[in-house]
Amino acid sequence: MPAPTKMISTRWDQADGHTLDGYLRTGGYEALRKALAMAPEAVVDEVKAANLAGRGGAGFPCGTKWGFLPKDVFPRYLVVNGDESEPGTYKDRILLERDPHQLIEGVLIASWAIKAEQAFIYIRGEMPHAHERMAAALNEAYAAGYIGKNICGTDWSIDVVLHWGAGAYIVGEETALIESLEGNRGMPRLKPPFFPASKGLYMQPTVVNNVETLANLPWIITNGAAAFTSFGNEKNTGTRLFAVSGHVKNPGVFEVEFGTTTFRELFYDFCGGIRDDRRVKAFIPGGGSAPWFFEEDLDTPLDAGVVGGKGSMLGSGAIVVMDETTDMVKAAWRIVKFFAKESCGKCSPCREGTNWMEKIYRRILDGEGRPEDVNLLLDVADNISPGLTWPPRQTTICPLGPSAAAGALVSSIRRFPAEYEHYIVHGRPVDGLSTGVYRPSLTSAS
Amino acid sequence: MTDTASATEAPKKTTLTVTIDGTPIEANPGELLIAAAERTGTYIPRFCWHPRMSEVGMCRMCLVEVSGPRGMSLQPACMQPVADGMVVDTKSSTVKKAQDGVLEFLLVNHPLDCPVCDKGGECPLQDQTLTFGPGESRFVEEKRHNEKPIAISDLVLLDRERCILCDRCTRFSKEVAGDPLIHFINRGNQTEVNTFPDDPFASYFSGNVVQICPVGALTASPYRFAARPWDLDQVESTCTSCAVGCRVVVQSSGDEITRLQGVDSDPVNWGWLCDKGRFDFESVSSSSRLSAPVVRAARGAADEKVSWSVANNRIASALRSYDPSQIGFIGGARLTNEDQYAYVRLAKQVLRTDNVDAQLGDGLAADAWLGFPRATIDDLGSAGAIVLLGPDLKEELPVLFLRLRDAATAKRVPVVEFATGPTGSTPYATASVRYRPGEVAVAAKAVVAAAGGNPAERQIGGAESDVINAAGAVLAKAMAAGRKIVVVLGRGSMAEQSASFVEAALSLRDASSGTVVLSAMRRANLHGALDMGMAPGLLPGRVTQAEGAAWYAAHWGTTPTSVGLDTMGMLAAAAAGAIKVLVLLGADPLADCPDHALAEAALAKVDFLVAIDTLPNASNAHADVILPAAGFAEKSGTTTNLEGRVTALSSKVSAAGTARPDWMIASELALILGVDFGYELVGDITADIAAVVPTHAGVTPDALGRSANADGIVVPVVAVVPESMPDAPADGAEASDEPVVPQVALPRPIRVRSTEGVVPVPDSYSLRLITSRVLYDLGSIVQASPSLAKLARPATVRLHSGEIERHAMHPGDLVRVVSQHGELTLPMEADDQLPRGVAFIAWNTAASGANMLINDAELAADGTTKVRLESGRNA
Repeated sequence: MPAPTKMISTRWDQADGHTLDGYLRTGGYEALRKALAMAPEAVVDEVKAANLAGRGGAGFPCGTKWGFLPKDVFPRYLVVNGDESEPGTYKDRILLERDPHQLIEGVLIASWAIKAEQAFIYIRGEMPHAHERMAAALNEAYAAGYIGKNICGTDWSIDVVLHWGAGAYIVGEETALIESLEGNRGMPRLKPPFFPASKGLYMQPTVVNNVETLANLPWIITNGAAAFTSFGNEKNTGTRLFAVSGHVKNPGVFEVEFGTTTFRELFYDFCGGIRDDRRVKAFIPGGGSAPWFFEEDLDTPLDAGVVGGKGSMLGSGAIVVMDETTDMVKAAWRIVKFFAKESCGKCSPCREGTNWMEKIYRRILDGEGRPEDVNLLLDVADNISPGLTWPPRQTTICPLGPSAAAGALVSSIRRFPAEYEHYIVHGRPVDGLSTGVYRPSLTSAS
Repeated sequence: MTDTASATEAPKKTTLTVTIDGTPIEANPGELLIAAAERTGTYIPRFCWHPRMSEVGMCRMCLVEVSGPRGMSLQPACMQPVADGMVVDTKSSTVKKAQDGVLEFLLVNHPLDCPVCDKGGECPLQDQTLTFGPGESRFVEEKRHNEKPIAISDLVLLDRERCILCDRCTRFSKEVAGDPLIHFINRGNQTEVNTFPDDPFASYFSGNVVQICPVGALTASPYRFAARPWDLDQVESTCTSCAVGCRVVVQSSGDEITRLQGVDSDPVNWGWLCDKGRFDFESVSSSSRLSAPVVRAARGAADEKVSWSVANNRIASALRSYDPSQIGFIGGARLTNEDQYAYVRLAKQVLRTDNVDAQLGDGLAADAWLGFPRATIDDLGSAGAIVLLGPDLKEELPVLFLRLRDAATAKRVPVVEFATGPTGSTPYATASVRYRPGEVAVAAKAVVAAAGGNPAERQIGGAESDVINAAGAVLAKAMAAGRKIVVVLGRGSMAEQSASFVEAALSLRDASSGTVVLSAMRRANLHGALDMGMAPGLLPGRVTQAEGAAWYAAHWGTTPTSVGLDTMGMLAAAAAGAIKVLVLLGADPLADCPDHALAEAALAKVDFLVAIDTLPNASNAHADVILPAAGFAEKSGTTTNLEGRVTALSSKVSAAGTARPDWMIASELALILGVDFGYELVGDITADIAAVVPTHAGVTPDALGRSANADGIVVPVVAVVPESMPDAPADGAEASDEPVVPQVALPRPIRVRSTEGVVPVPDSYSLRLITSRVLYDLGSIVQASPSLAKLARPATVRLHSGEIERHAMHPGDLVRVVSQHGELTLPMEADDQLPRGVAFIAWNTAASGANMLINDAELAADGTTKVRLESGRNA
């Protein structure tokens, strides 16, 4: 069993890890002092050298993203995407709840690096405890002079604004988050022209970074890029948090070395194996959007490139395990229903298409399926995401609808056509599968 | 999100090459693909994109394949700026499938109630489904249901089931109208457009959302279930509700007007209309229309319907029996240029009276006005600064307000406003100079002084020094940059002397040679009337009687030899017995003249009162003869907007009863009086004006019909297009070699006396009266349009709450508003946006209106009207 590697989850078991005292006692805010002694450009270079990939889903290199900001255009903003809502993901929540100062320190280092004087932390509406802890931590940091005017003896001033969302999955998409932060409906903007780096918050240059990404910065500044890249492999440096849920004996968030650990090791060594020692039937490697993996994929390493090469994604590190008793039609329906409910309503294909697909699923599950329904599902999906490939092509502005189309739906139909056929012919699932808790007809999405 | 103008701004010279479906086209940098394609003949289907609003890319109907670094990909053409070398495929199988898919999605929850839907037959969703969509839907589940239509305002109904959430109406309300009262609520498939509870879409521009809705979700109550599109017959014309001159199509069914739709005229209305202009066509078919000539044996006697010849002969014999100086013509500002020219010839050539005035004492002196260098509406958007010096544009010239709002918001032109209280434009003003009624010129001079480096150090003319200095800074910046300053000039309040506004404008003109003036005078064809010489001392073509005498003597034979009276002068002369015959041309002096008592005395005293009108009103109730005139859409001709833009009017329906166009009435009267104008068709007059009137040289029916002149021709025409060059711009810069008109010097603006130093006499009449128009009033056209009549608010007197308290009264209490000349009893309304010391009563909103309080002589002497409050209902 690989030894647990802890870079950013060191204070999770520390009772006062969320307080300023507990943070300072364990070396907190030293990285900030070190960074402030460096030129901002040097901090950027260090992060580029660390090859820190974004932890929010797309995996874009953090240092490169900062480099997209147009020179000499001010003010510019840092926005922290704490709207963690991908089904299966709950790693950022733990970071916010148990080690808020680590994130604040990361925010300050990043703001220094990109020469921002105002940062915004956007926290998902359904995470009140994280909001409470972050608010308390920000107050402590302001009181202690880590945030505010002329911090740590420099002539640099920074304000950090905490914003609590109203509860919408789509706001995890960065341009929708910016719209919401501006006080508008959380609806994505089209890129181009609205790339946040040039036309972001209040149409100013903006960097949107994930919570976990920024939480890595204190470690990188303290220990250096070389130490960071000694973890993981060439393209997947450092560690990553994986939130495992579903049919494992010991679900939870685990920090593992990036790129080298395999799914099998994660499920069997970290999570204690599959419940009732059953076989894995399918698992979602990277959040509700991602196409599914199956038993034969267990030895795939947790390497973004390798998982991507196999037609799915590591995404935000949300892994959902389904054992051999799982009803695949119902599982796919549950995910499609999620997207139908969370569609913002802006683009016609997503707004109407996800809802239509959900209704077709409900009919199948209720025993009213028709032989043509499987092909209908695929064609409706194809009209949202032409070709049903991964990464998905889209007839929409953002990938929400295309994820509903080209993820679970396609995976389950391609792999388990017989389960669909059984529902359509017999009006019920294949014998032996769990009937689950929900009756679809009683839980309308609309 | 983006600059509204980005899609419409004039392209730069260098072009790009884009290949659309294999054909290379030239496109302009910054142009959107969807617009470039349409301009070159490839229509890309769309629902949400509208060229006059920002692009949102929501409906996804305009997806086409566009070349990029990673090959061809589907992109929304409405959000894709063109790039050099771009390759576009609008017809590939991928595009076809995407379009099929989007249409199928849009129809998933859209009811197929086309047979009973007003939009059926002219519905973009219906049309595009037929052209681009799949034949059948595969959707077998239950559609989304909502309560069938809900009223989101007094005029507009919303059927949420039909809505395809294109964001056009919501964008319009926010971006264009600035009335963000309709919004998306809820999320995803449950998203709907709605208002906040108890906060209806009460916008003067609400009808536009009905026109731009791409489905039948929004309907207007006047047209709802009134006709089917395929039964409609239509002509293009110009709206005559105010002087903006919005281009419209007039649609009719069965010889009755059913609907007006805005036409996108780039220099004027951009496709938008105000609700008054859109819906007051109801008055055309009003049952109260005057439809036959009427004579009355005596004042108050019963109406006797007579033939046209009887009525005309009676008028002619009356006119013949008096000296020219005893005859006066009042009104005519809503008529066509041709009507006005014919009346001016009748009065000034045939009768040789110069007592002709299209205004009713509620505007500005014609000779003063005509001396200003003129601006166009487009100048607002390119100006260095805009100065508002007149009425509330939102109330009086609503579509001009939209253009002002666009200039101030999208184009960031700073606005300086002179006002006595808040107006619709105040939110867009960099500085709102709040002068004390009557002291606008004093305040304007202080602003000019501040712009010239002499900042105000104390309150001047009631305006705060910091506001004066802020306004001065705006003007100074525009002057320093050599930019135009556009002064929007009109009569801010009928209870103030008009000369104050002219004086204020003159001080601004003297401050900068870049000052140009845009009229804010409201009556539809007032500017045509002034151009046609419908004012004392003027002859057609903006020339004075003296300067034009020789020219018109050559064409007409005779012209008046002395300067006549304006309307207030005529009324005073009539009341004194010097004028014996008054001819009211669509005029209601009792309601519109700022001195009710004087108008009443005049109408009672004259020997013979003629009214030529479309609807009954308080004044023509006194007439000895009434002639029914053809109204809007019942006659053709031309009209002139506040820029001086001449556009064509078209007739669409038969006139009420035996009503005739005014030009025909004037010609007939002239003929009886012995002069044959020779006009058989209205086009004869248009051609005559083009041949005779210096400013209108070349504005022939033929020139107006050319496609290059689709937006009309701005007069004075500086160059004339030779007949051999069809479709060349007549108002362009191409100089003609042949001078076709004599050089006639334009009249100099007349300096009026300064109001500086006029200090209000401290007397018991401690409040200064403000009275200006609101969009929906007791005017006969609004009142004859049922949809609009109900929107008129009852009259109140608006006061600062401090004034109400000072009088120990409460809002809602009835109060007697008393001047030295009359009184009104009205409920009080608190408005803390108003300064203390003033009382606001909206013009023409009560049967006994604010003009009961005004005395013309006092106004001329004091510059203002002062009133006091007395408590109690007939205490």
